[in-house]
Amino acid sequence: MKNLSLKELNLGLSSKKFSSEELTRFFLNEIKTFNPKINAFITLDEEKSLQQARDADKRISQDNMNELTGIPIAQKDIFCAKGWKTTCGSKMLDNFYSPYDSKVIELFNQSGAVNLGKTNMDEFAMGSSNETSYYGKVRNPWNLDYVPGGSSGGSAAAVASGMAPAATATDTGGSIRQPASLCGLTGLKPTYGLVSRFGMIAFASSLDQAGPIAKSAEDCALMLKVMAAHDTRDSTSIKQNIPDYLKSLDNPIKGKTIGLPKEFFNDDLNQEVKIVLEQVIDSYQKMGVNFKEISLSNSHLSIPVYYVIAPAEASSNLSRYDGVKFGYRAKEFKDLEEMYLKTREQGFGEEVKRRILVGTYVLSAGYYDAYYLKAQKIRRLIADDFKNAFKECDLILAPSCPSTAFKIGDKTEDPVSMYMQDMYTISTNLAGLPAISSPAGFINKMPVGFQLIGNYFDEATILNFTHQYQRITDWHQKTPEAAV
Amino acid sequence: MALTDKDIKKLSHLAKINIDSKDEEIILSKLDGIIKLIDSMQKVNTDNIDPMSHALDITQPLREDVVTEKNQKNDFLELGPESNDDYFIVPRVVE
Repeated sequence: MKNLSLKELNLGLSSKKFSSEELTRFFLNEIKTFNPKINAFITLDEEKSLQQARDADKRISQDNMNELTGIPIAQKDIFCAKGWKTTCGSKMLDNFYSPYDSKVIELFNQSGAVNLGKTNMDEFAMGSSNETSYYGKVRNPWNLDYVPGGSSGGSAAAVASGMAPAATATDTGGSIRQPASLCGLTGLKPTYGLVSRFGMIAFASSLDQAGPIAKSAEDCALMLKVMAAHDTRDSTSIKQNIPDYLKSLDNPIKGKTIGLPKEFFNDDLNQEVKIVLEQVIDSYQKMGVNFKEISLSNSHLSIPVYYVIAPAEASSNLSRYDGVKFGYRAKEFKDLEEMYLKTREQGFGEEVKRRILVGTYVLSAGYYDAYYLKAQKIRRLIADDFKNAFKECDLILAPSCPSTAFKIGDKTEDPVSMYMQDMYTISTNLAGLPAISSPAGFINKMPVGFQLIGNYFDEATILNFTHQYQRITDWHQKTPEAAV
Repeated sequence: MALTDKDIKKLSHLAKINIDSKDEEIILSKLDGIIKLIDSMQKVNTDNIDPMSHALDITQPLREDVVTEKNQKNDFLELGPESNDDYFIVPRVVE
C-alpha cells in the first residue's frame, strides 16, 4: 500500500482488495514507526480517522464512491477541521480546537477522504525550512540532518517518507513548491482564487493559496479536482467551471512553446541546478516542445516587494491573536494593555514577531507611500512581465529553488538568507499565477525540482506538461532510503 | 535608513508585542537587514504605475441579506480564555 498512486489506491478500494479501515490503519502504523524521527505530524486522532474510514467503507459497499473515497490524506495544520486541534504551528493556538471546517476540509469530507492527521509547518506559514514551528523542526526523509523546506515541510515530509499518500499544503511565497522540490515530490500552487481560503488560517491574504503536495502530477490532478470549488464564504473565490484535470493529462504537447526567462538562467543560477534544468529542457525537446527566451525583467524585485506586502498583510491578519476570543493568554498581567503585550510576546515565535514588526513598520504613518504603495506598484510591473511573456509561450520553465535542501540550523541566524530560498517562486504569488514543482533529479543524493508556471486558471496545461515529463522519467518514483 | 532604539519601542507599542530590553539589539540588527533588503525597491521608477492590491481584477461579490448560519454564540464563547454566558472577559478597563 505504501508507494501506490492515488489511482491505484482507488482501484484497490473499489475492487475490495483492501478496505479503507485497513488502509488507514496501515498509514497510522507507518506514522507510529517513522514520525518520531521525522516529526511531520503534530496532531493525530486515530478514532476520528478510523471512524471516517468505516464511513467510507460503507459508501464503497454501496457503490457510492469517487476518486478519493476511503483514501487517507494528511492535512496541513493551517486548515480548520471541526473538533481537531488546529494550531498553525504556533503556541498561540496550542489550545485551539476548531468549531468549524474549512472549505478544503469540507470538500475532502464530502468526497469521503479520511483525515489522517494534521501536519507540522512553519509557524503561521512563515518560513522556508520548517524550523519555526512551535512543535519542533521537521526532518527531510532523504537525509535527517537536512530541512524538508517550508512552510509546508510537514506535508512534504509525510508524503516523501510514505506516511501519507498525499497531503494538502498552502503557498504564499513558495511554501508548496519549495518543500516539494526539496523532498522529491510534485507540488502545485493553483491560481489565486481557485481554492477557497475559508477556514484556512490567514497569513498574507492577497497571496495565500492552497494546493496539493503528492507523488505525481496525476495525483495532484486528483487532489485539485476535489479542492477547487467556488465558495461564497471567500470573497476572492472565483466562480467558474472546474475542468477535469485528469482528462487533459495526456493531451499532446508537441508543437507547444515553453518560455525560458533569461533573468533566471543567468550566472547567478547554481551550476548543478542548471545542469538538471538543461536535462529537463532536453526531455521536452525530445517530445517536440519548442523553447523560446523570454524576459521577466522585474523578477529580481520580487523578494523586496514580497517582504513588504506579506508582512504588511500578516501584521493586520495576526492582530486577531490578542488573548481575548480564543488561543493563548499570558498568565500574569496588570491591565488590558499588558495582557495584549505579554500574550503576543509569549504566544508568537521569533520569526512571526519579526514579520509583524516589519509589517507594522511599513504600514506606519509616514512610511506607507515609500514602502507599501511602492511595493504594490512594482507588483504591477512583475505581473505585467508575465502577461507579456504569455503572449509568446504556453508555459514558463524556471528553477524551483536556488539549491537542494540545506542543513538544519544553517540559515536560522540570518533571516535574509532564508528569504532567498523563495527567489524563483515568489513572483508567481505576486502575480497570482499557478505553478508546479516536479522532481527532476538529484544533486549529491538530495532531490531537486523544476518549476512550470502557467497562465491564469491554466492548471490543466501545467498538469498535462508535468505528467508527460513524468511519463518518460522516473525521478518522481524514487523514494528515500532513510524512511523505507 | 537605519532603525533606532526609539523605532523599536514605537513598533513594539503599535504591534502590541512586548520586547525585552535585552533582546532589543539583536532584533534591531535583524530588522535592519530586512529593511535594507526592501529598500532596494526605492531605485525603481514607478511614476504613473497603478498600484496592484490584488492578483485578480474582481469586484466585491454581493449576496442577499438573509441569515446564512445559525447563532453559534456558545461554541465561540467556549473558546475564550475567560468567558461567562454572554461575554468574553478581559481585565477591567473602566474604573
